[in-house]
Amino acid sequence: MKQLLTFIRKEFHHILRDTRTMMVLLGLPIVQLLIFGFAITNETRNSNIAILDNAKDEVTQKIISRMESSRYFDIDRSLTSNQQIESAFKTGKIKLAVVFQQNFQNELAHANKAQIQLIADATDPNQATTLVNYASSIIMDYQSELNQQNNLPYTINTEMRMLYNPELKGAYSSVPGVMGMILLLISTMMTSISIVREKEMGTMEILLVSPMKPMLVILSKAIPYFIVSLVNIATILLLSVFVLGMPIQGSIFLLIAVTILYLLCALSLGLLISTVTNSQLAAMLISLLGLLLPVVMLSGYAFPIANMPLPLQVISNIVPAKWYIIMVKSVMIKGMGFAGIWKESLIIIGMTFFFLFISVKRFKVRL
Amino acid sequence: MRTLKFLLRKEFLQIFRNKLILRMIFIMPVLQLIILPFAANYEMKNILLSIVDRDHSEYSRKLINKFTSSGYFKLTNLSSSYADALNVIEEDKADLIIDIPQNFEKDLLRDSQSKIMISANAINGQTAGLAVSYSNTIIREFNNEIRTEWIQQPRLNSQPVIEITSSNWFNPRMNYKYFIVPGVLALLVTLVGFILTSLNIVKEKETGTIEQLNVSPIKKYQFILGKLIPFWILGMVVLIIGFAVSFVIYGIFPQGSFLIGFSFAGIYLIAILGFGLLTSTFAETQQQAMFIAYFFMMIFVLLGGLFAPIENMPDWAKYLTYINPVSYLIEVMRMIVLKGSGFADLAKHFGIITMFAVVLNVLAILNYKKTT
Amino acid sequence: MNKEIVIKTNKLTKKFGNFIAANELTFEVYKGEIFGFLGANGAGKTTAMKMLIGISKPSFGDAKIAGFDVYKQTEQIKRNIGYMSQKFSLYEDLTVKENVRLFGGIYGLSDKEIESKSEELINKLGMQQEADKLVASLPLGWKQKLSFSIAIFHSPKIVFLDEPTGGVDPVTRRQFWDMIYEAAHNGITVFVTTHYMDEAEYCDRVSIMVDGVIKALDSPKNLKSENNAKSMDEVFLILARGAKRGE
Repeated sequence: MKQLLTFIRKEFHHILRDTRTMMVLLGLPIVQLLIFGFAITNETRNSNIAILDNAKDEVTQKIISRMESSRYFDIDRSLTSNQQIESAFKTGKIKLAVVFQQNFQNELAHANKAQIQLIADATDPNQATTLVNYASSIIMDYQSELNQQNNLPYTINTEMRMLYNPELKGAYSSVPGVMGMILLLISTMMTSISIVREKEMGTMEILLVSPMKPMLVILSKAIPYFIVSLVNIATILLLSVFVLGMPIQGSIFLLIAVTILYLLCALSLGLLISTVTNSQLAAMLISLLGLLLPVVMLSGYAFPIANMPLPLQVISNIVPAKWYIIMVKSVMIKGMGFAGIWKESLIIIGMTFFFLFISVKRFKVRL
Repeated sequence: MRTLKFLLRKEFLQIFRNKLILRMIFIMPVLQLIILPFAANYEMKNILLSIVDRDHSEYSRKLINKFTSSGYFKLTNLSSSYADALNVIEEDKADLIIDIPQNFEKDLLRDSQSKIMISANAINGQTAGLAVSYSNTIIREFNNEIRTEWIQQPRLNSQPVIEITSSNWFNPRMNYKYFIVPGVLALLVTLVGFILTSLNIVKEKETGTIEQLNVSPIKKYQFILGKLIPFWILGMVVLIIGFAVSFVIYGIFPQGSFLIGFSFAGIYLIAILGFGLLTSTFAETQQQAMFIAYFFMMIFVLLGGLFAPIENMPDWAKYLTYINPVSYLIEVMRMIVLKGSGFADLAKHFGIITMFAVVLNVLAILNYKKTT
Repeated sequence: MNKEIVIKTNKLTKKFGNFIAANELTFEVYKGEIFGFLGANGAGKTTAMKMLIGISKPSFGDAKIAGFDVYKQTEQIKRNIGYMSQKFSLYEDLTVKENVRLFGGIYGLSDKEIESKSEELINKLGMQQEADKLVASLPLGWKQKLSFSIAIFHSPKIVFLDEPTGGVDPVTRRQFWDMIYEAAHNGITVFVTTHYMDEAEYCDRVSIMVDGVIKALDSPKNLKSENNAKSMDEVFLILARGAKRGE
């Protein structure tokens, strides 16, 4: 036990002495959480749209000024002909073009019918759909005001309720995801690299010939990073609540407990990576190139898992971040208790033991 | 020039000797390129629906039918009370509740008015918004059908109608893969190039081999070029394989000039590798280099415009994307692949990325110190 | 005899913050001699050497190496010297031959020269069997001999050796010194740091550094008689008695 403490102290000294690394380790999660928490949002605002007004009459002006005053759009009026639309799209300046027919007002008044064409740049289909929806609803609002005098019979009214997030804050969906990503990646990298580093430098052998059990040597390397990660958890939680406006509806202790659980899982994944590689480059490739995109794309952070094809839904189950994100949302936003997340907790625990088991096995084989 | 030749030979020997790394930098990107784009789908086809039908009338059944046959919704649960439905939402087994009140049909016919409550799990505000707007559309259509059923003579042309037609250019079938595959490929190439270079020089520092070079008369630019060229070739090979995979698996073939796309990627790669080398000359240990690399990669990836549209970002974040080389590559790849943009459309992008390439590599050369 | 000076320093000093690693070093080294640069660990030998080979900027003082200034002409210096680091610094993931070719190329030798000289080098070292093996697989003594051979491969005017025989067995050490003699015989000036005092006896002249200062500089014979000592070991103990740094 005393030896273990000595080793841990040595490792701590090693980390603390390297101020650059220390700064990165502690500062990085803060910066990332803030950037991603504020910047990454799927709320549409100020999208550049172009107007081709072939009528230039009172009604089209009214509709255009409505679009202009909405927070969704920034209006570009420079188009003068249909031919220019394509080139405007190609330079990437605009995402949507709104084309009014000639004699718009006249047609509407006399033929009771006038046409608006919405042309979307569908390179990003999601964005295109959203923009078309917003533009249509502005136009339809205008129209229903025109029709206001006629009270229609047999009307089904709808009342909408946005559960959990009535203000539709973007942070509610992005912050749990960002937390899951940052904690997983940074903890995995830290452990895998610190162990492989000793292998690469040849100092691992010195540690292994010491009278300590090999697993303890490894453990002593993981513990300081575990403590560094605890500091990170604290800052991340504080920032999410006080800066990004996340609620904690459920128990904060439960939240901390599941986060620590998740952390242990990430550390043991790092351990596993360190046992299967022998250079820092290889460890880095696995823990960054190998994990970054799969975690972003399969954890439910960037894309809803329910929309994925079945095989990918199955694969997503092996991404620890997926389960953590579910737990964070359940506890922080929905206010659920342990009864609501025991399944996810068990899965994380199971993964942790699985990673540890394989690491220990691989480790023995090596000796 | 001769010195460079020897440095290049050395670097290639080292790269090809490390079979494990070589395998990783080819297999991991290809695997991810094959698997991950299938995950990228915002199209809402399976909104999980929970219905509370307290009316059990002909109309309520018709409405439910309309929902289930729309293609957007999947009915997972019929609850007898709103509270039960809320539990279902809490367990994530439903995204949306349609609550049809008692006397829905009667009210509609007698009072000419009736009300339906829609509740959505709004943790993800955007998907909730879409789900609600789809339901509104369905209810409106249903409403219209009822009206035409009861109002014998539709009062033709009694009110003005603005007709909205919409068309989707460049990707009329709204195929999400066309959008995501070039982006994922861009990110993978970036990751490979950046990781390899950012660890490379600092590794020579750690093992001490750099000292033997520092006491030799090699020029700084020769040293940096000796690192840049091999990894550039490697990156381009990964890129070519990536294009092949995109074509074979997803049938994606650039609308525009292949050559322009390739040249842009080539210049981009020089910029990214320069940044990696700069990181490497700056760091004292591989560990430091890695954390720096991790930091920038996360930001590059998440603010690159692939996962969240740049237009939606607040202004300060938009400015950040101006100095994020990845956002240029993703945009250009998309423009070429989907829009067939030509060199004239991309001149600005070319100018900026060339500037990145020059500045970053010059910085790397300057920051590589043979003297302490 | 008119001795040609190849290294000349004047009050050469290196400070790290408040710490003076090398303090006002003033000495000369002559062409073709084996100059021993002695001192305990931490005395400042490596720091001094790094200034001489142009990879560390002096805080003040002057030095000329092969006639070139250590401030302004480091790249010219590098063309004229060879260096063998204390820490093995050849590429472990390259073979013996590949390392030789790389450094030959960097110093601007022609392909033909590299070809013939590397064959000669390998034969001399008796490494015919190992020529195509990775350097990582060689025993330490062989690595050291290879490092030295590569350091003088381009026939530099001066070769700097930083503790070249650290951790090597006595037989290999002996062989190593034979190689040093041969190089000196061929006109290469040898500047060598060591803390093995028996090796000091092999040098033409030695300087003894204590706590960043040169305490003595003369031939081993003169030093012994001046200090009334039987061996260099004794000389060193007498001079280094007051040392504060080191182990």
